[in-house]
Amino acid sequence: MPHPAPHTAHAGTLLGRLLIAAAVATVGFIIVVPLASVFFEAFAEGPAAWWNALAHDPDTRHAIWLTLTVAPVAVAVNTVFGIAAAWLVARFRFPGRSLLITLFDVPFSVSPVVAGLALVLIFGRQGLLGPTVEWLGVKVIFAWPGLVLATTFVTLPLVVRELIPVMEAIGPDEELAAVSLGAGGWQVFTRITLPNIRWALLHGMVLANARAMGEFGAVYVVSGHIAGATDTMPLRVEKLFQEYRTPASMSVASVLAGLALLTLLAKTIIERRIEMESRELEIARSLIDTLDDTRMGEDGL
Amino acid sequence: MNEQSRGIHIRDISKSFGAFKALDHVTLEVPQGTLLALLGPSGSGKTTLLRIIAGLEWPDAGAIEEDGTDITDRHAREREVGFVFQHYALFRHMSVFENIAFGLRVRTVPQREIIARVNELLHLVRLEGLGQRKPSQLSGGQRQRVALARALAIRPKILLLDEPFGALDAKVRVELRQWLRRLHDEIGMTSIFVTHDQEEAFELADEVVVMNHGKIEQRGTPDEVFDQPATPFVMDFLGNVNLFHGRVEKGKAFWHGIPIAYPDYPHAEAKAARVYLRPHELELVRGTKSASIENKEQSGGEQSLSAHVLRITRNGAITRISCRPHDSESELHVDLPAEAARSLGLETGENVLITPRNVRVFLPDPEYVI
Repeated sequence: MPHPAPHTAHAGTLLGRLLIAAAVATVGFIIVVPLASVFFEAFAEGPAAWWNALAHDPDTRHAIWLTLTVAPVAVAVNTVFGIAAAWLVARFRFPGRSLLITLFDVPFSVSPVVAGLALVLIFGRQGLLGPTVEWLGVKVIFAWPGLVLATTFVTLPLVVRELIPVMEAIGPDEELAAVSLGAGGWQVFTRITLPNIRWALLHGMVLANARAMGEFGAVYVVSGHIAGATDTMPLRVEKLFQEYRTPASMSVASVLAGLALLTLLAKTIIERRIEMESRELEIARSLIDTLDDTRMGEDGL
Repeated sequence: MNEQSRGIHIRDISKSFGAFKALDHVTLEVPQGTLLALLGPSGSGKTTLLRIIAGLEWPDAGAIEEDGTDITDRHAREREVGFVFQHYALFRHMSVFENIAFGLRVRTVPQREIIARVNELLHLVRLEGLGQRKPSQLSGGQRQRVALARALAIRPKILLLDEPFGALDAKVRVELRQWLRRLHDEIGMTSIFVTHDQEEAFELADEVVVMNHGKIEQRGTPDEVFDQPATPFVMDFLGNVNLFHGRVEKGKAFWHGIPIAYPDYPHAEAKAARVYLRPHELELVRGTKSASIENKEQSGGEQSLSAHVLRITRNGAITRISCRPHDSESELHVDLPAEAARSLGLETGENVLITPRNVRVFLPDPEYVI
C-alpha cells in the first residue's frame, strides 16, 4: 500500500475514501444488513404476529424459558469457578500453574460439538459415569443438567480470563493489609477483593451470559431436540427454520439478537467504567505526586 | 511479667524460598518502646523478617515471642500488629475515613467510637478535612500518613513499616522522617522499620540492625554501628570508605608501609588483611616525603603517606580531595570541611601527606583469628 503516514490521517485523498468505503461496506454487508433483515423478517407481518409467534406457541415459550434458566445457572457456576480459579492462579505459585492456565482455554479451542460429544460419552447410557448417574436417578443427557453442563463448558474461560490480569495487577497487598487489620477470609473477600474486581467480574459475566444464551453446538448434541423439553432458543430457531416456519423462526431469532444487542450495550458501559477508573487512578497518581512538595508545605509538616 | 521479657523476641528464625535462604538462624530482641531499623541491601532478608513478625509469612524454623508469649503459630489477624506497606496498600475503593476505620469495622466497634477514633487519628496524622477523599486524590506523603493512621487505629502492640519512605521524593522523605520520629516519641510504641537507606536508619532509629544474606551483621545504636563496624560488610555498606589490601603480622597491620596497631593478630606469620579508612578520618597537609621524615621526627614517630592530588570536588559543606599514593595505582579520598580545604588552597598535581587518624583492619577470614 503506498503512502501510509500523513495522508491516512485525514480522509481527503481518494485512497482514504476508498478504504473508508470498503470498511463501511464490509461492516454493512456482514453485520448490519443480516441483523436488520432478521428484525425485518420477524416483524414482516406486524408486531401482533411477532408476539403471537413467541407467546402462543407453547414449545417456543418453553424454549425461551429454558434459555433464561440454563444461561443464569451457567453464568453462576462460571462466576464462582472464575473467582476461585483466578484467585488461585493470581495469588499462588505452584507446580503446574501454567498448565492450569492453559487448560482454562481448552473450551475456546475445542469445537463445541466435540465438547457435547464428550459429555455424551461420559454421562450417556453407555458412558463412563452413565450407570452411576442412572443409579442416582438423575438424567443428564437429553435433559436440563446436560444443557447446563454443556453451556458451562463452552463459557468456562470467560470469567476467569477477565479476572486473572486484574487480580495480578492489583496484587495481594490490600488483602494482606486487611488481614493484618484483623479481617477474616470472608471479610477480606467481600470488602476488599470483590469491590476491587467488580467491574472486571461483571464484564466477564456479561460475556459469559451472551455466549451461554447463544450456544448451539454443544447443546445441540446433548439436548436430543425434544420440543417443549430440551429445546433452547437457538435450537428452536433452527427447528422452526427447518420446518419452513420462517416468520416464527425469525421472531425467536430477533429476541436472541435483541438480547445480544443489550449485552453489547452493557459491555460498553462496563468497559467505559473500567477505563474511567483506571484513568482516574493514573491521572491522580501522575499529577498529585508532582505536587507533593507544595502539598506537604501546606500541611505544615 | 518482668521488664526483660517485654517486647518482641525473635529466636533462631530461618526461612527459605526454594533454594534461596532469605533468613538464616536470625535471633533478635526488640525491647518494648524501641524504634528499631532493619538496614540492609535488597535480598538481605530484612523485609522477610518484618513480614514474619507480622504473620504475613511463616518461618521454616524458629519462634517469635511477644511479651514472653510464643506467637509463632498465631494468625496475622490475631497478632495485634500494625503494618505499613511499602506502597501503602490503601483500599482504593474506600474513602480515607473508611480506610482508617477498617480495622475497627471488622472488630464491630460501635459507630460512635469509630467516628471518634478515626477523627482523632486524622488529627494525629494532620489530615483533618480529607476524610472523604479517595486514596487516588491524595499525594504520596498523604497516602503514607493514611496508611500509618490505618495501622494505628487498631491500637497495635507493635508497628511495622516496610520501606516507609521509599516511594516519596527526597524533600517529603526528610520531613516525614522527622515527623515519624516525633510521633514515636509521643506514643512510644515498639516500632520496627525496614530500609536500605543508612541515613534514614541513623536519623530515625534508636537502634540499627544491619542485615546481609539473611544474617544479622551487627546490631547497635547508630553511633556504635558507624564508629565500630563489626564486619567488613557493615563498613562497606555504610559507605564512603577507602579500602586497601595490606598485611598483618606480630600485632601490627601495614598500610603502605605504615604500621597500625592490631593486637588481635599476634602471630609471626604474615597474612593478607583489608584496611579501611573513612575519608573524613584522614588528615592532609601540603608537602613531600622528605618533609615527612622531618615531620615524623618532630611529631614523635607518626607516619604519613606521600601522594599527589588527582581531583578536587566540592559537595556542599564537604570538599573531597582524591589522591594517588606515590607508591601505588590506587586512589584515596580525603574529605575536608569546605572551609579547611579553601584555606589550604590545594591544586591538582600538588604533593600532599596523608595521615590516618582512625584505621580499621579486617582479616578476610575471621576463623583464622585465634
